[in-house]
Amino acid sequence: MGPILELRKLVKHFPGQRAVADISLSIPRGSFFSLVGPSGCGKTTTLRLIAGFEEPTSGDVLLNGEIVNRRKPYERNVSTVFQSYALFPHLSARENIEFGLKRHGAPDIGRRVNQALELVNLTGKESRRPAQLSGGERQRVALARSLVLQPDVLLLDEPLAALDPKLRKQMRLELKAMQRRVGITFLLVTHDQEEALSMSDQLAVMNEGKVEQVGSPEDVYLRPRSRFVAGFLGAVNWIGGIGVRPEAMTVARSPGGERSRQSPGVITGSTFLGDCVQVQVRLSGGEDIVVQVSRASAGFAAGDAVHIGWDPGDEMSFA
Amino acid sequence: MNLRSWFLFPARLWMAAFFAAPFAIVLAYSFLARGPLGGVEQPWALENYRRLFDPLYLEILLRSFLVAGAATAVCLVLAFPAALFIARASRHKNLYLQLVMLPFWTSFLVRTYAWIFLLRETGLINTALQAVGIIHTPLPLLYNTGAVLLGLVYGYLPFMVLPIYATLERLDPSLVEAAADLGARPVSTVFRVILPLTKPGIVAGSILVFIPCLGAYLTPDLLGGGRTVLVGNLVQNQFTSARDWPFGSAVSIGLMAVVTVCLWVFLRRESEPLA
Repeated sequence: MGPILELRKLVKHFPGQRAVADISLSIPRGSFFSLVGPSGCGKTTTLRLIAGFEEPTSGDVLLNGEIVNRRKPYERNVSTVFQSYALFPHLSARENIEFGLKRHGAPDIGRRVNQALELVNLTGKESRRPAQLSGGERQRVALARSLVLQPDVLLLDEPLAALDPKLRKQMRLELKAMQRRVGITFLLVTHDQEEALSMSDQLAVMNEGKVEQVGSPEDVYLRPRSRFVAGFLGAVNWIGGIGVRPEAMTVARSPGGERSRQSPGVITGSTFLGDCVQVQVRLSGGEDIVVQVSRASAGFAAGDAVHIGWDPGDEMSFA
Repeated sequence: MNLRSWFLFPARLWMAAFFAAPFAIVLAYSFLARGPLGGVEQPWALENYRRLFDPLYLEILLRSFLVAGAATAVCLVLAFPAALFIARASRHKNLYLQLVMLPFWTSFLVRTYAWIFLLRETGLINTALQAVGIIHTPLPLLYNTGAVLLGLVYGYLPFMVLPIYATLERLDPSLVEAAADLGARPVSTVFRVILPLTKPGIVAGSILVFIPCLGAYLTPDLLGGGRTVLVGNLVQNQFTSARDWPFGSAVSIGLMAVVTVCLWVFLRRESEPLA
């Protein structure tokens, strides 16, 4: 079987703006795939082209091998979880979940809705209106409302952005676990690189309407193909055109040790982050860099002379 | 009194002088009797209210309710799609809204007379239809209940369009997209999502149309030609030609009481919490 979703040379122009400029992607069946990039990179427009809310200027959207460019949203077997959830405020949680099944004239609605409620752990709250549910519960209704239709692809538009930070981290795990359980292909759009890295099987980093790189989280984080990808997915210290991530560096009071690359420098400050400490160093070459060290190996004060070390294998260089 | 409560002072003064006081006078008159020369005189009595239950007057009241109800229903059917069109227009929104309000730039009386010129036997419509040979004798377009209904719908349509437009404008567009996304075709989206969520605007518009239609006297007078007597005309007649101010007052108070009770029941039923 081929990919469940394929984008071929997809382009979308708005008046005075090229939102999506030639995107080709292939989303494997049953995977958790993310589109990640800064705001305005075209990721949400791409999602809307897949959902059918927009028609492409050129190029094709293929769902299950079929071109669906001209099909209306109600004629495509994909479903969207909106950033605002877009729950119908006049309907209860159960009625919201039933909505799609009823429109499709599906059989056995009661049982399927009960299953969906169970899946998202909302049994007992099905008669509440959205206004009577918490943010997290609303999101689970939105998920259930889409999942109950068993779409070919579930589209998630910044689904965690409206939640508070603690709940957001917990929901990452839950979403990932839910995707494994139901086996439906999830396509997530997010600007949060941590979210994309932690949940996806594969991700596409987007910039200015184009895909910069596609790969597994390890792949794109450790072997970025462009300066943009390297900088977008995490912090980078640039030393003479070569990039090294802060957590790949060490700080020592004397030269030597097992790191084959060394550079002397002076501590300019440090920031306590709880689980680790960030040390700011000015290298003898004049570059200001940041090194992430464990709490135990901290204890540097501004003005201390130190030696920074790293391995050549952690260097990232771009043409 | 603090400063903020003074902000209401001009409005309070106005309402006291021009609403509360006249209302009190009308209320008092309604319990008096008609004088031989058209004034009012004692004794205080409930006679005027007893007369209200005369089948003749009950019929007028019922007819008024039916005509006002029909006008409201027709306005709703015309206004909802129009408001939806304006709210979802990607441009020229303000132009369309201006067009909805355009009739207000001319006096209501002048506009109602204009309808007479259109509808009468020698009017534009009949003349045109005869000229092209579609009809040979003029159609009776004027001086009937249909003409009154037409005039009321024409006059009050903007009061239905604007509140519905206002609620549609505030409607989260992603709800409409979500409906389509879940498999609802456009008609289904209108009836299952847009219409229920626009209810506050529909209720407001219906009240704004129904109540003035119920008390209308100019339109039935001019376009009904005195043949379709509505409760507004009844009140007008009692204060003018019949010179029976006490009974006219009783009709006014009775109408107000019925409207107040209807509104209260209606709003209590409709105002269940939504969002």
